[in-house]
Amino acid sequence: MKEQGAGIELPERKAGHSFIQEVQDRCGENIRLCYQCLKCTAGCPTAPYMDFNPNTIIRMIQWGLKQEVLESKAIWLCVSCEACGTRCPNEIDIGVLMDALREMSLEQGYRAREKGIVALHNAFMASIRRGGRVHEATMLMEYKLRSRDYWTDLIPGMKLFMKGKIPLFPRRINGMDSIREMYRKALKKAETKRG
Amino acid sequence: MTSIFITLAYLSVLAIMGLLIYVIGFTAYSLVFGKPGRGTSAKRIAAHEGGEMYSYFPGCTSHSTAVEYDLSTKAVLKTLGVELVEIDDWNCCGAAAVHSMNRFLSLCLPARNIAMAQKRDLELVVPCAGCFNMLKRAERALKTDLDARREIESTIGFTYREDLTIRALIDMVVTGIGFRRIEERVQRPLAGLKVASYYGCALVRHPKTTQLDDPENPQYLDKLMGTLGATPVEWSYKTDCCGADLALTHGAAVVKLVNKIVGMAKEAGAQCLVCSCGLCQINLEMRQDVNALGLPVFYFTELMGVAFGLKGTDWWAKHMINPSALLGSLDLR
Repeated sequence: MKEQGAGIELPERKAGHSFIQEVQDRCGENIRLCYQCLKCTAGCPTAPYMDFNPNTIIRMIQWGLKQEVLESKAIWLCVSCEACGTRCPNEIDIGVLMDALREMSLEQGYRAREKGIVALHNAFMASIRRGGRVHEATMLMEYKLRSRDYWTDLIPGMKLFMKGKIPLFPRRINGMDSIREMYRKALKKAETKRG
Repeated sequence: MTSIFITLAYLSVLAIMGLLIYVIGFTAYSLVFGKPGRGTSAKRIAAHEGGEMYSYFPGCTSHSTAVEYDLSTKAVLKTLGVELVEIDDWNCCGAAAVHSMNRFLSLCLPARNIAMAQKRDLELVVPCAGCFNMLKRAERALKTDLDARREIESTIGFTYREDLTIRALIDMVVTGIGFRRIEERVQRPLAGLKVASYYGCALVRHPKTTQLDDPENPQYLDKLMGTLGATPVEWSYKTDCCGADLALTHGAAVVKLVNKIVGMAKEAGAQCLVCSCGLCQINLEMRQDVNALGLPVFYFTELMGVAFGLKGTDWWAKHMINPSALLGSLDLR
């Protein structure tokens, strides 16, 4: 069967379909099925703050615009609320797709343009790595130091602290060996893919 | 002018130094003296009637921002004669941060809890919608992605048994305990209380993962509120996202989302919201325009506690918007 749009020279064709295939292999979703109904974007709570709407991101993947997609703000502004994936008539799970894009962006060393969000995720991951559970006080402070945004939410944070909702001392679980093993393997996998 | 500048600069340096010392100090503390968490051994809650038991995964917020959810859950289930057995040595589910960064790790972290839970022949109950979602994602991967399953099993050192049932607390309350038994316990019907049921995202989406209620127009909370004597309002924002952890990085965006949700609840005639997620609750109470809206946000277990007439509950002081006045005006407190 002759493909739609044959004759139009798009980056995807030049690159031998590598990007879309790479994305599909990673997330297991069939991105070629998208017919731009825009349901994902209509239901997306953070689309107004994105540089590209979710449906545009999908079109860009089809076009093979790898760098533009993996360096977009959109992939980091997605909060995985899954409204898109639930409503997609072609059953593309866009939440899972966004996870895959973020992972690829990190592994392949693309510039993350939402540094604050990456800093928060890193602080969160580091906190679990230290104790097996999240300790809010140190996690938030690590985020503040990583993002260099020292003052935002200081007052609400103090209010929470006064209500006894931010415990002072961290705890550690017994099975830290298991947690360390998970981190070792997970980071090694990411490293292998990068190399 | 210069002296003011110098003072300010000095103070900010002090503050930054203080932050640094705090982080380094407590990290060192946790590494050197970190004792196993209080909840690491099986903590049992005495049951009134006995018989019914569930495994319980409290989640990190149960000791911090959602402490009143944990307290009210335990109090209400005790009244209903249901015993909760905390999973041994549970760990963080990883939440949105981890699955955004590393899929494999985001499956391993909840899978370790599944491994701990399946040591007992009990259904696993998860109060927090976020934790529930992460555990169900891991379950789905273990059941459908055999390569991932092999790798997860070898990393954690366990063999997955497919018979462990993972349930959200609201699902266990509605379909496990059932409305009839709840109705029998109601001593103080919540007459006159107009509630907007807020489900958020993680509880109902993606439906292939969560398999709970209807993803677009869920009813569990609404029906539960009706059973307790309250009036659930009809509104169309019950599954709209609150912005989740963008609250910390993009505060203004979340304020807008939250004000839309709470504003719509108010427009629909609600006096308060009810939810089942620690992050939703704190976002909705902390980021809403208190002066213009000021709607308190309950965990559904708290309202069950009120309807059951439980005494000696100190949950309200933990709220960012104290609901005592609202409950007092309806003679419920």
